[in-house]
Amino acid sequence: MYDAIKFTYNVSGDDFTRAGEASSDVKGKLKKMNVPPDAVRKVAISMYEGEINMVIHADGGQITVEITKDCITMILADKGPGIKDIDQAMQAGFSTAPDNIRTLGFGAGMGLPNMKKYSDDMKIETELGVGTTVTMKVFI
Amino acid sequence: MTIREIAKILDAEIICCEENADLDVHTACGSDMMSDVLAYVKNQSVLLTGLCNPQVIRTAEMMDIICIVFVRGKRPDEAMIELAVERGIPLLSTGHRMFNTCGLLYDNGLRGGGDF
Ligand SMILES: Nc1ncnc2c1ncn2[C@@H]1O[C@H](COP(=O)(O)OP(=O)(O)OP(=O)(O)O)[C@@H](O)[C@H]1O
Ligand SMILES: [Mg+2]
Repeated sequence: MYDAIKFTYNVSGDDFTRAGEASSDVKGKLKKMNVPPDAVRKVAISMYEGEINMVIHADGGQITVEITKDCITMILADKGPGIKDIDQAMQAGFSTAPDNIRTLGFGAGMGLPNMKKYSDDMKIETELGVGTTVTMKVFI
Repeated sequence: MTIREIAKILDAEIICCEENADLDVHTACGSDMMSDVLAYVKNQSVLLTGLCNPQVIRTAEMMDIICIVFVRGKRPDEAMIELAVERGIPLLSTGHRMFNTCGLLYDNGLRGGGDF
C-alpha cells in the first residue's frame, strides 16, 4: 500500500472559526488514500474533538499525524494550562469551558470521552502550567 | 425523501449545492450543541440546527452528514457557504423553529435513527 507518511499542522489558538481545518485536511487525505471509511470517520471525529480542545482550552498547538498501512497515529501537543485531574476530565459532562464557548456550540464535556470512544488507543500526558499531549491511534 | 422535498416541506431556501438536492435521506438529528452532535449522532444524514457558525459545517463533515437545515431563519455567511460548497453539502434555511421543523419532517416520514 504505502510507506509511513507524516503530516504536521500548526493550530492557531486565536481563531475559533478556523478550528478543525487540520482535521478536515486529514480526512480529505485519508479518503484519497483509500483508507476504509470506518477508520477515516474514527480519525476525523477524534482528531476534530482534540483540535477543538486545543483551541478552546490551550490557545492552540501542534498536531502530527502518522499514517502507516495498519495504523493512524495522531499526536496533539499544546503548551496550555494542562489538565488538573485527568479522571475527572474524562467524565462525560465535565467541562471548564466558559459560557461564551457554549454559545458557539461546544463545552458540554463530551469531547474527551468521545475521543476515547472513537480511537482504538488514547494516552494523555499533562503537566500543569506546561501543557498537554494527547496521543490517539486508530487501527486500520 | 430527498433534500429538495425537505426544502418544500419546510418552506426553506436551498442556499447552495442544489446539484445535490436530489440525494435521498432517511434520518435526521436536531441540536444547537455540536458537542452533542459529535457524541450522539450515528448515521443520521441531515442536521437541523439553530447554531450558525463554521463549526456546524465542519461537524457535519466529520459526521458524514450530507445536508444542514438552519432553523429560526438563521442564514449562513459567505465563509460558511464556501466551506459547504467545497464539501458539496447543501445548506437550507427555514423560518420554522426547531420543534416545528422536526415535527413537519417526522410527519412526512423522516426518522431520528438510533435506539431512542
Ligand atoms: N488540551 C487541553 N488543555 C487543557 N485542558 C483541557 C484540554 N483538553 C481538555 N481539557 C479539560 O478537560 C475538560 C473536558 O474536556 P472535554 O473535551 O471532554 O469537554 P469540553 O471541551 O469542555 O466540552 P466539549 O468537548 O463537549 O465541547 C475541559 O473542559 C478542560 O477543562
Ligand atoms: Mg472538548
